[in-house]
Amino acid sequence: MSLVTEHLLTLIVFLPTVFAILLLPFSDQDESGRKGLKIAALVSSLAVFALSLLLYTGFDSAAPGFQFNERHGWIPAFGITYWIGIDGISLFLILLTTFLTPIVILSSWNAIERKLKAYLALLLVLETGMIGAFVALDVFLFYIFWEAMLVPMYFLIGVWGGKERIYASMKFFLFTLVGSLLMLVAIFYLLAAHKEQFGGYSAAITDLYKLKIAFDGFLSPQTLLFLAFAASFAIKVPMFPLHTWLPDAHVQAPTAGSVILAGVLLKFGGYGFIRFAFPVFPAAVQYVAPAFMALGAIAIVYGAWVSMVQPDIKKLVAYSSVSHMGFVILGLFSLNTYAVTGSIYQMLSHGVSTGGLFLIVGMIYERRHTREIADFGGISRAMPLFATVFMIVTLSSVALPGTNGFIGEFLILLGSFQVSRLWTVIAGTGVIFGAVYMLWMFQRVMFGPLANEENKALPDLSLRELAVMAPIVAAVFVMGIFPNLFLAKMEVSVRQFLTQIKV
Amino acid sequence: MLGLMLALPLAGFLVNGVAALGGRKVSAKLAGTIASAAIFGSFLIAVSKFLELRAAEESARIASETVFQWITVGDFSLPFKLTVDPLGSVMTLVVTGVGFLIHVYSIGYMDHDRTPPKFFAYLNLFTFAMLALVLGASFPVLFLGWEGVGLCSYLLIGYWYDDIAKASAGKKAFVVNRIGDLGFLVGIFILFGMFGTLDFAGLKEAVHAQQSAGTLNVALLTAATMCLFIGAMGKSAQIPLYVWLPDAMAGPTPVSALIHAATMVTAGVYMVARLNFLFSLCPESLMLVSGTGAATAIFAATIAIVQRDIKKVLAYSTVSQLGYMFMAVGVGAYAAGIFHLVTHAFFKALLFLGSGSVIHGMHEEQDILKMGGLKKYMPRTYVTFVIGTIAIAGIPPLAGFFSKDEILWEAFSSRMGMAGPALWAVGALTALLTAFYMTRLTCLTFLGKPRFDPHHAHPHESPNTMVVPLMILAALSIVGGFLGVPGHSMIGEWLIHAEPAGEAHDSLEYVLMTLSALIAFAGVGLGYFMYVKRPDLPEKFQSSLQAAYRVLFNKYYIDELYEALLVRPVAWLADVCWKIFDVIFVDGFVLGLAKVSKASGEAARLIQTGAVQIYAAFILTGLIATVGYFIYVARH
Repeated sequence: MSLVTEHLLTLIVFLPTVFAILLLPFSDQDESGRKGLKIAALVSSLAVFALSLLLYTGFDSAAPGFQFNERHGWIPAFGITYWIGIDGISLFLILLTTFLTPIVILSSWNAIERKLKAYLALLLVLETGMIGAFVALDVFLFYIFWEAMLVPMYFLIGVWGGKERIYASMKFFLFTLVGSLLMLVAIFYLLAAHKEQFGGYSAAITDLYKLKIAFDGFLSPQTLLFLAFAASFAIKVPMFPLHTWLPDAHVQAPTAGSVILAGVLLKFGGYGFIRFAFPVFPAAVQYVAPAFMALGAIAIVYGAWVSMVQPDIKKLVAYSSVSHMGFVILGLFSLNTYAVTGSIYQMLSHGVSTGGLFLIVGMIYERRHTREIADFGGISRAMPLFATVFMIVTLSSVALPGTNGFIGEFLILLGSFQVSRLWTVIAGTGVIFGAVYMLWMFQRVMFGPLANEENKALPDLSLRELAVMAPIVAAVFVMGIFPNLFLAKMEVSVRQFLTQIKV
Repeated sequence: MLGLMLALPLAGFLVNGVAALGGRKVSAKLAGTIASAAIFGSFLIAVSKFLELRAAEESARIASETVFQWITVGDFSLPFKLTVDPLGSVMTLVVTGVGFLIHVYSIGYMDHDRTPPKFFAYLNLFTFAMLALVLGASFPVLFLGWEGVGLCSYLLIGYWYDDIAKASAGKKAFVVNRIGDLGFLVGIFILFGMFGTLDFAGLKEAVHAQQSAGTLNVALLTAATMCLFIGAMGKSAQIPLYVWLPDAMAGPTPVSALIHAATMVTAGVYMVARLNFLFSLCPESLMLVSGTGAATAIFAATIAIVQRDIKKVLAYSTVSQLGYMFMAVGVGAYAAGIFHLVTHAFFKALLFLGSGSVIHGMHEEQDILKMGGLKKYMPRTYVTFVIGTIAIAGIPPLAGFFSKDEILWEAFSSRMGMAGPALWAVGALTALLTAFYMTRLTCLTFLGKPRFDPHHAHPHESPNTMVVPLMILAALSIVGGFLGVPGHSMIGEWLIHAEPAGEAHDSLEYVLMTLSALIAFAGVGLGYFMYVKRPDLPEKFQSSLQAAYRVLFNKYYIDELYEALLVRPVAWLADVCWKIFDVIFVDGFVLGLAKVSKASGEAARLIQTGAVQIYAAFILTGLIATVGYFIYVARH
């Protein structure tokens, strides 16, 4: 048992891949084989989720620093180690990942017809990549996981995606790769700088925090290095104006891909800023913060506006992510407790809500094979249960108090207002436009007369679909009503983070 | 106990909600009884709390209850805390008392509905949220209720969602309210920046502390209170954010009575009264509040004069009366504002439910020009409706007379220079218009000759579940005014511990009181004369004053104006953002880069094999080169 507790994190990281490998010998050619594979994948992901709950219960909310540490030498010549551990911030991002993975597996039960085995295996490998990147405390290890998750996502879109999937997956791959390479260059600079300042290489994140990097305005090493990191993270977020890969990727991706993409992958942008870019380059962060706050606020309004005029539901939800993630940027760069806590909460909350919206879009797409808003109308009459679930997730997306969305947005705006009134008010208009595009979409899809013949006989949610949505709905309310379940474990880490970025 | 007051309607919501999702047919009687019982339970608690407070000493009339810890961030701790004080107590009595009657009425009204459990679930959820709004001890809890009632309003306006116009009206309500909410939120943020707390009691202390230390930034506080008032403008349908309320009449009539007349729309007035310790420090904000209220009062009253839809008349009347309440709280007469809020809840709920009874009896007809002579067919509805009309018109000694007169007097005698008498004049004119249009409405509906085909329409009296609540509300509309008889105002003493100091009740007050009674009689008399004695007159006016009539009938074309100035430009901009900026500019840039690389790729065609492995090899080579470079740099 002690083996498990000592290596709990490693176990959680690699277990999905082990399960993926175990799937390989089985056949997905006949129906019973397919069913077996699906059940096996689902059970595996549930097991990983159960294990990750041990992290929550075992996490000491009062202790500073990283917990569940595991560290082994790896490439001593460059000070690179296998060091993993979590704090109160990554803890919940891991839980979000392990929470969403079984949901997406269950959601793709009937949707995937081709190459089922490969699909399930890739999802599990992707889970390893994501968790790994969240736990890595060695910058090189982080980079490996970071790149590793690109590959399964690329294939998920490229193989199981829609008509334009090749274009979309290439765009996704190129955008992220460009960002990654800039980050890689910056990482090497940091390693070298560590050697110079401390006489030896180290890629450990806590050692990098100690670096003193020259700062003198825009064209100084610290700002440029920060921007190199920021390029990578900002593309992931995605931050306006680097967001245009996102709508294409989402629209073409299969439902599970969209859910994971919006639910978890985008969070690496925010997480990267928190874990790497901010504490290593504190002076540069302070220097660029006003500009980034502005970009965050613009993204909120811009994303909302562009959402408003989308004829395709999935694209609308994709652009809404641009808007919601704008809040994360606005909050992080406000650099105070409320806004930063709010940003972290918003990331989790967005994972649940937008993940839920993509699942919902997937469900009607499976029924009607269209995502054009104009093809729908009056669906509430045909699918009352679906209508209720859809409404709840919609409300969480418009940040109604009592749902998860409110806590994050409220804390972000409360905090950012104390830093920049102007950008907070501009961002605040996003609250209005958010209601416009979501409720208008809901109205056009769900309300009005059930006129279109093809919509009249739509079946309501099946038990399986209910099981997919129930955890999302529960999370919406639990996160909205009992945020302290989460906030209490984050508090020390956020405080520590804020002291690290003091100049 | 306070928690239980909220928990009962919440439980009712869950029970009916589950029943609604279960899909089995549940009768309105069963669903409605469950829902009404829940509200009645809350009402009993509200009564007991009221008695408890009344038994306590004046300074001890407050009770709090922390239900659970809601949000804790750093040193900022926000419990889900409820507090009841005299003001809150009055509100809970109105919300649960009038709310209960409307629930009972709905059992009859929604009898033929397709999904009664859903309707009653929403009504209960609304009551829950409204109680949270009223009892919330801090801004975030109040805001939770504030948004919650807004949600229920949205859901209930669009309750018959098959009709896209109704669904659209719900969305309009939500969005317009969100505009106000932004102001509200900004107000909250400013206060948090100034005082570091969002708890009402804490704010009060902090304000006093800064005041006595001389560090209070009144300009900023003024900005904050003005922002908060923007929120009130949305929720309580004041200029310029009133446009959603008339459309909200698309909802079932009990909803109009409960949410869009008696309770939710008064939330803004309540909020200003709750925060009077902030507003009273900011004369400019008070000026804005009373000015907006007066302007809205008369503006909406003029529109109400010419509307043909029975519910639209009442809707504009509500907007106008809410303006009256803001006029009161804007001159610092919080008790008078709340007094009118209470009496208005009685007679406006009565009038809406009465109109519902008419619509029910007339098989969904709402055009008063197609009614007339209904007195004969629905006598009990008629009598109660007349009582409501007299009450709102301000005929003594019914409820509206006392509360309106109190507001007029407070406005007149306020220490605001010439603004006081000006407000009084606007208020008096509004009172005249109110008496007139309400009489017009009653006469066109119930008196004169029927203008419908009785063989086709079959108007009939409504069942007892509907008529009994009408009678109770009628009784309250008659006696409600005695809560605030000048000189012995029970509600005034209850709310502010004493009659407002200052001006004694001199002879001037009695002169003005007589004047307002005369104004009410004049309005009623004129209405009766024009619509019963000389029914040819209105048409003559209409044709000789064509232009004015058209402007009023089309509500000053404000909706069209907003459409042209706000809605279309934003939609256009959004389109430009997407099609020009996103697709052409940003994507064009990226694809342009791709073209450049393609061109260079063509130049280097020999190594361009299209195999991913080869590309990976290139990437690797590049990496090694970069790594090598940095190691080299680091070594030297």
